[in-house]
This record gives sequence, structure tokens and C-alpha cells, in this order.
Amino acid sequence: MRTLKFLLQKEFKQIFRNKALLPLIFVVPIVQLLILPLAADYEVKNINISIVDHDHSTFSRNLISKITSSGYFRLADYSNSFQSAFNQIESDKSDLILEIPQGFEKNLVRENEQKLFIAVNAINGVKAGLGGAYLNQIITAYNADIRLQWFQSDKFNTAPVITVASSNWFNPFMNYRFFMVPGILVVLVTMVGAYMCALNIVKEKEAGTIEQINVTPIKKYQFILGKLIPFWIIGMFVFSVGLFVVARLVYGIVPVGSLLLLYGYLSIYLIALLGLGLLISTFAETQQQAMSVAFFFIMIFMLMSGLFTSLDGMPQWAYIIAKCSPVTYFIEVVRMVVLKGSGFSDIKNHFVIMIGFAVLLNGLAIWNYKKTS
Amino acid sequence: MTNETVIKTDKLTKRFGDFIATNEITFEVYAGEIFGFLGANGAGKTTAMKMLCGLSTPSSGNATIAGFDIYKQTEEIKKNIGYMSQKFSLYEDLTVLENIQFFGGIYGLTDKQLKAKSNQLIETLGMQNEAKKLVASLPLGWKQKLAFSVAILHEPKIVFLDEPTGGVDPIVRRQFWDLIYSAADRGITIFVTTHYMDEAEYCNRVSMMVDGVIKALDTPDNLKKQFSASSMDDVFFELARGAKRKAD
Repeated sequence: MRTLKFLLQKEFKQIFRNKALLPLIFVVPIVQLLILPLAADYEVKNINISIVDHDHSTFSRNLISKITSSGYFRLADYSNSFQSAFNQIESDKSDLILEIPQGFEKNLVRENEQKLFIAVNAINGVKAGLGGAYLNQIITAYNADIRLQWFQSDKFNTAPVITVASSNWFNPFMNYRFFMVPGILVVLVTMVGAYMCALNIVKEKEAGTIEQINVTPIKKYQFILGKLIPFWIIGMFVFSVGLFVVARLVYGIVPVGSLLLLYGYLSIYLIALLGLGLLISTFAETQQQAMSVAFFFIMIFMLMSGLFTSLDGMPQWAYIIAKCSPVTYFIEVVRMVVLKGSGFSDIKNHFVIMIGFAVLLNGLAIWNYKKTS
Repeated sequence: MTNETVIKTDKLTKRFGDFIATNEITFEVYAGEIFGFLGANGAGKTTAMKMLCGLSTPSSGNATIAGFDIYKQTEEIKKNIGYMSQKFSLYEDLTVLENIQFFGGIYGLTDKQLKAKSNQLIETLGMQNEAKKLVASLPLGWKQKLAFSVAILHEPKIVFLDEPTGGVDPIVRRQFWDLIYSAADRGITIFVTTHYMDEAEYCNRVSMMVDGVIKALDTPDNLKKQFSASSMDDVFFELARGAKRKAD
């Protein structure tokens, strides 16, 4: 116990003295949590549209004003020729072309039918897909409006229509931030925890101080606890600041579920994560190596954790990889507890799996950490 | 000096693949003596020392340190030895005082002992003004003296010094040897490697290691007689000339 006290004292002194590390622990995550959710927003706005109007009629003007007033589109170009609109796409000034053919109004009124042409710049897949879909919706709505206004007759001839009304549970306004912020917070805690822990131990290897420690009667478990406890506390702290200061005050996210449950899970998650950091440090000889290996894992964790994309859309083998990452489970748990208010029985399996990760990673690390060579 | 043996090795060997870094070395070190462990760069001194400290497991052979077995009782050995590596290895981002208290603390000194020890140590080293400064800001010579003092803080039976005076000026070297003598006077056995042959003369007994084997072991005077050399320098050249291994 006394040995551990001395180890912890030393560790905290070193952490608080490290002028390069402190902002990385306490400032950077907060700034990231303020900025990243803005980028991780799936709502696409400001889609640049080029409209080729061959008709110049009241109807075509109405349609254009409907599109531009929707708030999603920005009129990049209004012209008479498809070629000039296409030039806009080629020079990346425009994402979509809507071509309104000559006789648009006439055909719509007389023939009761008219085709429009939409060309989409699919370089940015998300923007193109959503932009096309938005535009389709606007045109459909416009079509329905016209029919209501101009052709009220035909009461008996209306085609049967199934209207689907969906309601979004747990996040009624489909606010992406509610969904992203807790997930991003998890990734930030993961980065701080895994990097700091791995780098800290490897730094002692580089400086040679670990050799000095290895000739003392310090036990393996004491040394490892002395390294884990400080970063466990820092992880708790970063998560709390993110949850109570940034998420609550800036994004207005108040956890629906039990905080005790959330912190219970966080504490096990941190043990698992620090175990990973520890494991990396037992393999790496230099901070550069540790950094590269940690970066590799964080990258996979981040992109495969279901943070940005749904896990269900992955091929089976990729899904299995995603399920081998502790981050995946913690993101699920955070979203379930914070947004949905899930209780212990809902995340029981998650607890079991995370305890498994903690035991496995730490076990491997302790087994691989040698006081002798 | 008594004839109690504190280090006893028997055909101690360390192999790294095909390379035999230390080849069946057998020697004894007696309590309270200053034992010089000499050899050219790459002769296997550091490897041998790491095995004796429990940092490295031998490939074969036996050894006892302070009466404890080098394989089975490593933790017991660690309580009874001090070690100062080639590389300076105190914490640069802790102060002088904090380093003393940290290492004292993990060797199990009580608060009272810690306080007394650190005061006494700082006074002996004349570091009253530097006690609260970060170790990183000290000149190398002071760091080495501090590292030695920290290594014997817990009054070990044996202290291992791996080229403790590398890179320091002659005055500091002299002061360093004063510290070594005073530790030896208190009964601490000194096991030291060095490349300075004048330092070899300060040792009670000296061993010469060439290509992983001990080629000679005796008092400096006897060695000089044996090789009919006028100084330890000549003894070293005589022995190291036959070395096959290139330095480093």
C-alpha cells in the first residue's frame, strides 16, 4: 500500500508538471467535443443546384422558388443550356442539375404529365444522394399542390395512396447532435486513455527509469496499478467534463438513464482500455512505436464502432471485427443510457463482455510485462 | 574486509541466439570490498551485471547474491542491492528531494527515516540550494553523485555501478570516488565497471573481461606484477589486445 502511495504521488506530480501533456488531457477533448459534432452532422444543407429552365413559365418559376426557399438548396446557376450547367458541375461549383424542359407548364396542364431531368454529381455520395432525395420530395410536394389547386375534379378517380407517418422515439426531432455527442465523447475518452497510458510507460523505457524501477523490490502489480489508477481517474474526469459541461450546457443533452449505471460501465471500460494501452507499451520500445500502434487501433475503433455508420450495414466479417472492439459496446451503452434511459437488465450482456475485455487485455499485458529479460 | 562471500558465480552464461555475451564466468566477491569489473566495450560487462541484479535471466550457470539464489530469490536479492545504470535513470521531471523520497519510499523507508536520510544526503552532497530544483536542471556530475547516493539510500549489502563516472570531469570523478570509499567504509560492497584505469587502481581487486570470459582476476598490484606492467593501462592493453570482438 505504501509503495503504491509513492508511485501514485510520483505519477501525478509528473503528469501535472508536463506542460505539453496537460492541455492535451484537459483542453483538447473539450474543444474537440465542441467542434466535431458539427462536422458529424448528416443533415446536408447548402446543396448547390444549377437549374436549366427551357420553359420560363409561371409554373417553372414557382417550382424554382419552392426549391430555393426550402433552405436546403442554393441556386448556383440559372441558365438556358444544359452545357453551361454541366460546366458548373465540372468546376465543382454545383452538385445538382435540374432541367425543366420546354412546354413544362403546357404539358402539365394539358397532358397532365411532364418529365423533369435531374443530374447528380456523385463525387460526394452523401450530398448527392440526399440532395437528389430532397429534390424529389420537393417536386412531389409541388406536384401534389398543383393538383389540389388546379384539378380538384376527378373525385372518384383518385389513386389509393398509403401514407406513412413515422415518429422518432427517444430523439423526436432526429437531432444528430443528440446521437453524435455521446458517441464522440466515448472516442475522446478512448484516445486520451489509450494514448496517455501507453506513452507514459514507454517513456520510462526510453529514459531508462523503468530499469531502475525493475531493480527495486516493487511488485509487478504495484507498478501496473501505479500506472493505471492515474489514467483511470483522468479518464473519469474527462468523461465527466464532457458529459456535464459540454454535452449538457452546450448541446442540452441530459442523460435520461441512471448516472450510476453509466459510470459503472465507464469504470470497467476504462480498465479494459488502459489494459490495451498497457499491452501496447509492453510491445513498444519507443514512444514512436507506441504512438503508431495506438493510432492504428484507435483508427479501427473509431471507424468501426458504429459511431458514424450503422453496424448492421456491414458485411458479416466486418461486423465481427466491429464486435471485437470495446469501443463499439461503450458507444452502444452510452447511447442507450443517455438517450433511451436503458436499465441494467438491458445492458447486462454489455457488462459481461466489457468485463471480459478488461480481464483479457490486462491479463495479456501483465503476462507480457517482464521485470527481467 | 572479511572473507564473507557476497557474490558467488559459477559458470554464469548468457546467450543471445548464437552470440555468447557472457561465457561461463566464475568468480567471488567478498563483503566490503571494492571490486573492479573491467573490460573493453562489448566484452560482456553490462550483461553480466544485469544478470547479477536480476534484470536479466542467465542462460545457464549459477550465482548467489547476498546468499540468495539468482533464479529463485530475485525479489530477496532486489531488497539487498542497489544499482546505478550506465544511463542516468532518476526522474528528470522530479526534484532532487522528490527523487530521494520516491526511491526511499519504494524501498520501504519510514517517513521518519526518509526525512533524516534526505536531509543527511543533501548535506553530504552539498545540494541544499538544489534540493527543490528539477533533476533535469543539474549538471551531469551532480546527477551522477545523486544517482549513486539514491542507489545506496536503503543501505544495501551490495551496490552495482555500471560506468558511473562516464563523461564527468576529473574533479567530480575524485568526489565520486570519495563517496564510494565512504560507502565501502560503512560495509557496502562495491561492484563497479569502469574504463578509467586510474580508477582501477582504487579497487581492492580487479577482474579483466575479454570476449565474454574473465581473463585475469587479482589485486591491481598483483596484476601489474603478473604482466610485468608499470600501470593498469598496460595490463589492460596486454589483455584486450587479443580481443576478437569489435567494440560495440
